[in-house]
Amino acid sequence: MSLSTVGDTKNAENATENAKVALTVNGRVRQLELDPRTSLLDALREHLHLTGTKKGCDHGQCGACTVLINGRRINSCLTLAVMHADDEIVTIEGLGSPDALHPMQAAFVLRDGFQCGYCTPGQICSAIGMLAEAKAGWPSHATADVAAQTTALTDAEIRERMSGNICRCAAYPNIIAAIRDVAEGDRG
Amino acid sequence: MATMTGQPINRIDGPLKVSGKATYAYEHWDVGEPLYGFIVGATIGKGRIVQIDTTGAERSPGVRMVMTYRNAPAQGPRDASIPSQYSRAYPMLSGPDIHHYGEPVALVVATTYEQARAAASLVEVEYAVLSGHFDFAKRLDKAYAPKAVNAGLATDSAVGNFDTAFKSADVKIDQVYTTPYQFSQPMEPHCCLAVPNGDDLTVYVSAQILAEAHTAIASTLKIDPLRIRLVTPYVGGGFGSKLGIHGETILAALAARALKEPVKIAMTRQQIFHLVSVRPATSQRVRLGAGRDGRLVALGHDVTMFTSPISEYAEQSATSARGLYAAPNRLTRHRLTALDLPRGEDVRAPGEAPGLHAFESAMDELAHALNMDPIELRILNEPKVHPEEGIPFSDRRLVECMREGARRFGWERRPAKPASVRDGRWLVGYGMAAAIRGQFQMTSKAKVRMGPDGIAVVQSDMTDIGTGTYTIVAQVAADALGVPLDRVRVELGRSDYPAGAGSGGSWGASNTCTSVHRACMALREKLRIGKIPAEGMEAEGEIAAMSEEPNYKNYSIFTYGAHFAEVGVDVDTAEIRLRRMLGVFAAGRILNAKTARSQLIGGMTWGVSSALLEDGTVDARTGAFVNRDLAEYLVPVHADIPEIDAILLDGFDGKANELGAKGLGELGNCGANAAVANAVFNATGVRVRDFPITLDKVLPALPREV
Ligand code: FES
Ligand code: FES
Repeated sequence: MSLSTVGDTKNAENATENAKVALTVNGRVRQLELDPRTSLLDALREHLHLTGTKKGCDHGQCGACTVLINGRRINSCLTLAVMHADDEIVTIEGLGSPDALHPMQAAFVLRDGFQCGYCTPGQICSAIGMLAEAKAGWPSHATADVAAQTTALTDAEIRERMSGNICRCAAYPNIIAAIRDVAEGDRG
Repeated sequence: MATMTGQPINRIDGPLKVSGKATYAYEHWDVGEPLYGFIVGATIGKGRIVQIDTTGAERSPGVRMVMTYRNAPAQGPRDASIPSQYSRAYPMLSGPDIHHYGEPVALVVATTYEQARAAASLVEVEYAVLSGHFDFAKRLDKAYAPKAVNAGLATDSAVGNFDTAFKSADVKIDQVYTTPYQFSQPMEPHCCLAVPNGDDLTVYVSAQILAEAHTAIASTLKIDPLRIRLVTPYVGGGFGSKLGIHGETILAALAARALKEPVKIAMTRQQIFHLVSVRPATSQRVRLGAGRDGRLVALGHDVTMFTSPISEYAEQSATSARGLYAAPNRLTRHRLTALDLPRGEDVRAPGEAPGLHAFESAMDELAHALNMDPIELRILNEPKVHPEEGIPFSDRRLVECMREGARRFGWERRPAKPASVRDGRWLVGYGMAAAIRGQFQMTSKAKVRMGPDGIAVVQSDMTDIGTGTYTIVAQVAADALGVPLDRVRVELGRSDYPAGAGSGGSWGASNTCTSVHRACMALREKLRIGKIPAEGMEAEGEIAAMSEEPNYKNYSIFTYGAHFAEVGVDVDTAEIRLRRMLGVFAAGRILNAKTARSQLIGGMTWGVSSALLEDGTVDARTGAFVNRDLAEYLVPVHADIPEIDAILLDGFDGKANELGAKGLGELGNCGANAAVANAVFNATGVRVRDFPITLDKVLPALPREV
């Protein structure tokens, strides 16, 4: 793991005392000095310049800001950066790059699971987190038997579980196709 | 070489977008650390600022400036005589008067976003409140006729004698339908990063049409357009709401120039509801008179909608009825009534979306009254020439779309009698509606140049708002130049590039690609006769506006489609769920089958949304949209959208342009809402005319026994 420092003197004159926090993002520890009111989303976008994570609503209603924390999906706009010192944060940039896409990213390209692309990083992070949840046997509102140990990942299950990620371009059927491809690949 | 045009190739910008590397307006870090602006909005609907105290905000940590009408720089006035509202100046903070709820009263600029937002809450404003008009239903009697409606179309049209013919018709439908305020709400908030450099200004803006945005910014700031450069490589959706610029762009530019530092502003999701386009609420009376055989003898569509008193906007909602079906006696009219609400602007498929919602519902009511199949009724009334203009159609394939859709959807299984089919808890119904949309041509320019690496570089200020522009331009250029796709590089979204038509009105693809095609053909010709090396050689291509193109006068050039929906309605709760949907479309030659299908599916989903979900609610006391966020203003999520598919008929409309291509960005959203509404009627026998159709409107009339 490499160590790097982002000099952040932005808040020097702030009456709110800045907080020091080390965030582990995509495998790198990043030292930050932040206004404690800074959301994890703004820490990523405005301080670490990792703008792949998007801000669509800033209060938990759209899913554009979804990242993975310790493997679980979370709306990064609904949590403060200073709360994540001990966590492993993975953003869209940490999943793959244009030349070496993560299978979920590649499936989105192949299935045209986006148009404007703005909800897309959130959809992809959410889909990866969702598949892990389903694998772990977590039920959803669409699950007939919530006590069952395993859930068959039907399209209805995927739709229900992905409903926190809004796509105004409405690439929904293509997003489901992409996720299905990856889920089936995993099984195969 | 295989033809690239039309191939369902993956988006060439796809790998960047899925890896978070596509940079949107708010995300350009190569310009250095910006300051952050936060807009303070009025908390009244109409009145005047009598006192504004900014001292608390100014003393707040990190604050660099608080701008109000008292210290805002002088700006160019909004000039209503400029035909396109998107080219007009957009002055901000220009006086103490408040015209609508949420109107910006101050801008706070600070070192960090958190500081700007905190300080914004310290701006204290005292208002003198005036009583405003906010209730559309109460102001219908104040309606007036505008001079023209959107896109310069005629306010009224009349053929034959509607009144007499309607009165004596054997079978009549006379119903009023209402549609609510709707909002584009693209996922990328409206935002801007303005970067000053001496007297020059670079504006990273989330906009659909750069040339118009450029004009609007320059005339607002009253500076030479040559000093302003717009950069917009990616746009996170627009749907009409970014055709023009809005407050955040002007405020960021004003602050950046005053502070001589980069400033960026993004609207909050809640602010977008008041500071950006709203689709006007409408009240629509549709009258259809037919013989017992189903032949229309009279067709009338009267639309009344709200307008802002300071910026008139009339959606062309009754214009679809002008070209859709034959009838010897016809009447279409648009009326406006002024309300003190945010200005109306284009929202995806302006005119068609609300207009066809009502009109195609009325056609379904007529089919029901006649006991006819809705498709047969439409085919019976298929016109031979444009029913009002008398000119021939360039390429009308509505009947083919309906027949093909019926076949693929299994329309023959449609319950003949409403409320007669049940599947478990669900009442099941089928509905269909026609889609029609005009093809537009605007002036558009593009350039192509041979690079040193043997790569042809295509440039246009055209934007890719999710429409696949980068990809289709590359496909068309590759074919025109006779080179493989990887020998073409597409550069878009900079005001220094030749002015294209921009992304709007579904004209972007066909207009841009035709000018690109011409540029490439010109370059090819130069290379053929050229004695100088290819490297650095360039050529331009251009198309004229449709007013200069005889084909657009002599032919009715439209796109068509047919929507089919199956819904289920819960027998106890009247919860409505879409079960499946199919659209079949004819839009000339398709430039990329994959991205075209995606756009159409997106448009159809907007139709589902307007039929069942979207509903902007005004507080009639204050003029505020009370459901101003994505939890209260409902838009479809994954669970709302099961199987939806779009089929494109192979085609070529040579009257539209030499590529044979027409637009389809909005076609999917034309009539899709009516297909869903008609399916709800077929499922339940309940006809809701106050859209959207929500369970509370269906439940009281739901049949007890099925
Ligand atoms: S930005 Fe976090 S959920 Fe919308
Ligand atoms: S791709 Fe545009 S919002 Fe999903």
